[in-house]
Amino acid sequence: MVALLDITGLGKSFGGVRAIDGLDLHVDKGEIVSVIGPNGAGKTTLFNLITGLIPTDEGKVEFEGVDILGLPPSAILERGIARTFQNVRLFPEMTVRENVMVAQHCRTKAGVLAAIFRTPAFRREEEQIRRKAEDTLGFFGNRLVGYRFDQLAMALSYANRRRLEIARAMASDPKTVLLDEPTAGMNPRETQELTELIGKLRDERGYTILVIEHDMRVVKGVSDRVVALDYGRKIAEGTYDEVAHDERVIEAYLGRKEAAG
Amino acid sequence: MAEAVQTDLREELLPAREVDLRRSVRVGLLGGLTAVFISAVGMVQSFDEAGLVVGPLSFGDLLLLAVPFVFGVLAGHPPPVLKGFAEPTSGARNVIAGGVAGLLTGVVIGVFVALVDTFDVRDIFTRISPELLDILTYGQTLAVGILIGLVADVILGLAGGASQLLGERWRRPLFWALLVVVMLGVLEALVSQILRGARLGRVQDALYAPTGELRLPSAIAIGLGLFGLGLWLRDQPRAVRQRIGAMEGERRRLVTAGALVALVAVLGILPWVLGPFLTEVLNIAGIFLLMALGLNIVVGLAGLLDLGYVAFFAVGAYTTAVLTSPASQAFSPELSFWVALPLVILAAVAAGLLVGTPVLRMRGDYLAIVTLGFGEIARILFLSDALKPTFGGAQGILKIPDIAIGPIEFRGPELFFYAILAFALLAGYMVYALQDSRIGRAWMAMREDESVAEAMGVNTVAAKLWAFVIGAMLASFGGALFAVKVGSVFPSSFNVIVSFTVLIIIIIGGMASIPGVIVGALILVALPELLREFQEFRFLLYGALLIVMMLRRPEGLIPSRRRARELHEEEVVQDAWLRAQAAEASATASGE
Repeated sequence: MVALLDITGLGKSFGGVRAIDGLDLHVDKGEIVSVIGPNGAGKTTLFNLITGLIPTDEGKVEFEGVDILGLPPSAILERGIARTFQNVRLFPEMTVRENVMVAQHCRTKAGVLAAIFRTPAFRREEEQIRRKAEDTLGFFGNRLVGYRFDQLAMALSYANRRRLEIARAMASDPKTVLLDEPTAGMNPRETQELTELIGKLRDERGYTILVIEHDMRVVKGVSDRVVALDYGRKIAEGTYDEVAHDERVIEAYLGRKEAAG
Repeated sequence: MAEAVQTDLREELLPAREVDLRRSVRVGLLGGLTAVFISAVGMVQSFDEAGLVVGPLSFGDLLLLAVPFVFGVLAGHPPPVLKGFAEPTSGARNVIAGGVAGLLTGVVIGVFVALVDTFDVRDIFTRISPELLDILTYGQTLAVGILIGLVADVILGLAGGASQLLGERWRRPLFWALLVVVMLGVLEALVSQILRGARLGRVQDALYAPTGELRLPSAIAIGLGLFGLGLWLRDQPRAVRQRIGAMEGERRRLVTAGALVALVAVLGILPWVLGPFLTEVLNIAGIFLLMALGLNIVVGLAGLLDLGYVAFFAVGAYTTAVLTSPASQAFSPELSFWVALPLVILAAVAAGLLVGTPVLRMRGDYLAIVTLGFGEIARILFLSDALKPTFGGAQGILKIPDIAIGPIEFRGPELFFYAILAFALLAGYMVYALQDSRIGRAWMAMREDESVAEAMGVNTVAAKLWAFVIGAMLASFGGALFAVKVGSVFPSSFNVIVSFTVLIIIIIGGMASIPGVIVGALILVALPELLREFQEFRFLLYGALLIVMMLRRPEGLIPSRRRARELHEEEVVQDAWLRAQAAEASATASGE
């Protein structure tokens, strides 16, 4: 079976630091793969490379068998890789609904002239974008609907901002969603809710999910497979139990026994 | 426990019960410095030469006396309190604070007068003259004059402070009434002209004395009348809006359509009511409005700070000039305006792409600097000897024919008003239609966070180029009309000041807000045209206005609904709390 996302020999240096060092990673369709690792292991850099936000030094990233390296981020989204950001990056001065509507940019095509002349096709598409945005927001129960549609994103609570960011990614009709620490800063109840949500994203929406996570309960709860990174290299891969008991992973998190003792 | 925390906060947020003397003194000194400053730069004096305004008071006097009043209001106004916390109750301390500020203002002016009388500084400060001294001492001897000033300043400061006691609902109509009365006095020549034009000579005689000042009794009557009207109308706009909002879809659309028709009808007869001079002023404002609408897309929506916007204005003006005028030597097809217009638009689109393409990868300050350069490049190109055969160099291009539809020529300010109105309506509609569309959302997303917009599928290259192209197009409309209106173009009309003026219009009016831009253009372009005395101090006032706006109302005079929400939503307070909670949660989480 061909992997949905296939990364081989990926490398990236920032000055003298090897942020990603010859990384191989594959994600199959319908999988939920967690990426773990201590701070600075290169997890977010990996996401930035996959989504084209920063240029890659070497290696290959294939999505559905097509090389996507070097494509602009908007083209990569168009192929079906959407993401969220570790430090929630919404469009703060746009409304909740508009935030989600923007994500459908690459799936729609109304031009400037159509907007000026308000053609029937334009109106139809606009209505469709709006309806879809509202449907997507409805995925989170009643948290982002009703009067919240017209609220500015910056007026939302922290947890709702995280939810909105996920909604925005969903609205782009992705095949794969990359979630960068979706539970950071959330309380235990919200974390629990989000853990269930990640499962729902795969089961109901059919997304393949790659998630960076620090909370081991979440990792245990959602992952089909866990990949551990350290210094930009893959140090372990397997089920949660395998990885959690891997010598090298424990060492990466807690330090060497000699050093610790 | 929670209660204790709350009372602690209140203690901290509420000013102490007694007068905040330090603040009053600070405000008063600032007032004094302001008065000295406007005297020393010559504003008081040159305004004084404009003659009397109300009763025996000249414009200069009013300006001087406004200072203690305004600073009295400021001193009496308590510092802003977060929403949700109790406002401190008003009382004698507001009045006293105002009085202290007034006193300090008066003292500073008095010291200034005494110093000026003792030392001759005219070699350096040319505007500090005996005439100024005469105004500052109200025509009396030095000691008496200083005393009068001091007493007047204290009284006005007290009055300013006392205005705080009135509460928002009374204060607002009062200030408006005062402002309108003063404006009636200042714009005497114009108002008289309009009244005469409307054959209301008797009203004019009742209002103004033969020497041109507003008669005191009528001034008071008008002031009271306006105050009453303001009180009566206080809640009307909101009530009307609510009633319209409550209507059914069909009726609501009908009412909106009716209001639009009424508006167009008013605009239609406006030039004939206002007369040629005022219409000309509106025309100038209209041309700036066109540019401001365009720049509003580039800066307000797309967030691309373009300081060389005048380049597109110049391209529009010069293309029109070359294509329609017989005077251009190298190339003069002498097309009619309407045939030339599509070519002007094409030229603007080309210019937009020309400026937009090289700056695609630039953001923020760098973009501002580069565009500033492009603006100058455009002006220098039009001025250059190399292109002189086409653009006429410093001599410019003359004999640009009027716009004509069939036999009707849009000559004279009244008819030309319609041409500008038509283009302004078109531009306004374009901006309105675009901001709520796919490309509008792409622009806003780009303004908010360019990388994320890109990651969310927005083709930022296309979005940027479109912003530049549409912006350039609207500016070229302004340029084309400007060229026809003046009948000639010269490179000197297209300096960087134009770019700045347009930018200031949208900042003061309200970013990304169409009504804001209209008000901005009227206040910043039309008003200075009306008040000839202002011209000299135009940029000084722009600067002062910008500073005041940034401090007091950063969202602009009429903010877009969005910005208004952002800056005055109680949830901002709630949000700060939530963020603190989140930070705490993550701190404990990482601590585990």
